[in-house]
Amino acid sequence: MNTLAQKIIANACNKVSVEPGEIVVCKVDLAMIHDSGGPRRVKPILEKLNRKVWDKEKVVVVTDHYVPIESEETRAIQELTQKWVLDQDINNFYDQQGICHVVVPEKGHLKPGMFCVGGDSHSPTGGAFGAYMFGVGATEMAGVLATGEIWLKVPETIFIRWKGKLDNLVTAKDMMLATCRQIGMGGGQYQAIQYIGEAIYNLSIQERMTMSNMAAELGAQTGLIAPDKKTVDYIERSDGQVPKNWMEFCIDTPTSNATVFEFDASSLSPQIAAPHSPENAENAEEFSNTVFDIAYIGACTGAKYVDLAAAASVLKGRRIASSVSLKVAPASLQDEKKALNDGTLKILQDAGAEFLPNSCGICAGYGKDRLTEGQVCLSSTARNFQGRMGAPSSRVYLASPYTVAASAVVGKMIDPRELDILNG
Amino acid sequence: MGRLWLFEETINTDVLAPGFYMKSPIDELSKHCLEAIRPEFASNVRKGDVILAGENMGVGSSREQAAEVLKFLGVSCIIAKSFAGIFYRNAINLGLPVFTLPSEPSLPKQFVDGSFVNFDFDSTTLNLEQPSLQVKLDPLPKFLRELITDGGLVSHLEKRFSEK
Ligand code: SF4
Repeated sequence: MNTLAQKIIANACNKVSVEPGEIVVCKVDLAMIHDSGGPRRVKPILEKLNRKVWDKEKVVVVTDHYVPIESEETRAIQELTQKWVLDQDINNFYDQQGICHVVVPEKGHLKPGMFCVGGDSHSPTGGAFGAYMFGVGATEMAGVLATGEIWLKVPETIFIRWKGKLDNLVTAKDMMLATCRQIGMGGGQYQAIQYIGEAIYNLSIQERMTMSNMAAELGAQTGLIAPDKKTVDYIERSDGQVPKNWMEFCIDTPTSNATVFEFDASSLSPQIAAPHSPENAENAEEFSNTVFDIAYIGACTGAKYVDLAAAASVLKGRRIASSVSLKVAPASLQDEKKALNDGTLKILQDAGAEFLPNSCGICAGYGKDRLTEGQVCLSSTARNFQGRMGAPSSRVYLASPYTVAASAVVGKMIDPRELDILNG
Repeated sequence: MGRLWLFEETINTDVLAPGFYMKSPIDELSKHCLEAIRPEFASNVRKGDVILAGENMGVGSSREQAAEVLKFLGVSCIIAKSFAGIFYRNAINLGLPVFTLPSEPSLPKQFVDGSFVNFDFDSTTLNLEQPSLQVKLDPLPKFLRELITDGGLVSHLEKRFSEK
């Protein structure tokens, strides 16, 4: 029997079926690149090969890492990017409009059954749309841009089943941190992960994106979720064309010999992951009274509209503690506008939030807000490796936007469900 | 002969190519390779040295510089208990040989940090000088071996385009 991953790969390499372990060469439906790993790195290689991009309609370029421009260096990178996009005659260019993993689907580019590569490790985010999407480095991306093809070892599919119903104030981020603890950062073994079970299908599309995004933290190649009505609605709202055959990709039954990890959403508590690995996750209450300096709501995984709304629901009518600062970097311009229009941003602002540009920012250790020596940050991002968000001695804890917001109110880490009891 | 650099801990892309120096050219970035966990590495590593790493080598971002700095610094081969997938692909695409250590038999304990070794790509053997010991690694599939012997993906494609 075929898994969703095998079905998409077989289509992409034009075979009736493929088996795990087989090395195949696939045709790429979409290649996404950003300002850091993109033009400035692929341009010299394409020039050396004397090639232009194989199909300009299938290339999407986003600037999000070296945003905003704050030095001669970053200016040079953005100018190079803009010029390259012009030279290559690429229409799908989203300049400083948000983080690639959020912008590309919100512009309707990702659809069930597509085979996509991205020049960024969180490219598995595309799996939330039933697309096989994975991250590659710049040289490999240049190869894709020159040929429209990429080699692939057909992966096994590892199933992660979440049954049951999440408690209030428990999110996809908590599900992923718990998964990281349980199966470890190597648990995905560079295979395909597929998330199944009612708790997954109950998630909104942006929450599903958090699941797929953090397949990267499990070391998987991709993190698929079979499409359903919600997927189709999202794509239509994003002006995307839903493929007529989308239902062919509603495949989610584990194969007989597949590895299946079972989780129960109904017993899941909010999670916090201690420095310096997402797999150091424990129930949030284990960290109660841990102090920190900065609460950060940011990144592709932690500052989408749903994440801003989650933080706002906790912060409504409250103010953050004077001992911490709250920094919010909405993941995309579109999500920021939506949050502005419905009052979400106002709530965050009244609570004491400071807003940063729609870019990777502190998550990537870029920009003037990067963490300084010894700073402790409680962050809604995906990754807390040593030194990633700034100085080597800074320390990052990971949590959901609810947990980050509630902890900011108290000035200490807490389980957000305790805030009402503590704080009235 | 090269030096063996032994790492017990998991090495991620942020310590290989720290974000703060990512804007810098490769020679500058290389100076900061592994500085968070092994500050003397970048200035002491020499051409022909071999890295022996633990689980999930190169976990983290897709930044290719994580493999590129090691190649730039002269590392001839990376052997690890296991690799993060993107890092593994990147290394091969840059023509940097990577091998997974078999779980059985385990590596003789004489292979300590700082010992003198030599890695032979053709026979995929790691040779220890003192005492004289050899470890044979599983060869790569032909497709990947070709990519490496061609000098990485770019040279491989150059060859392919010129043949057409
Ligand atoms: S926000 Fe962070 S995780 Fe997301 S693409 Fe940017 S650097 Fe990567």
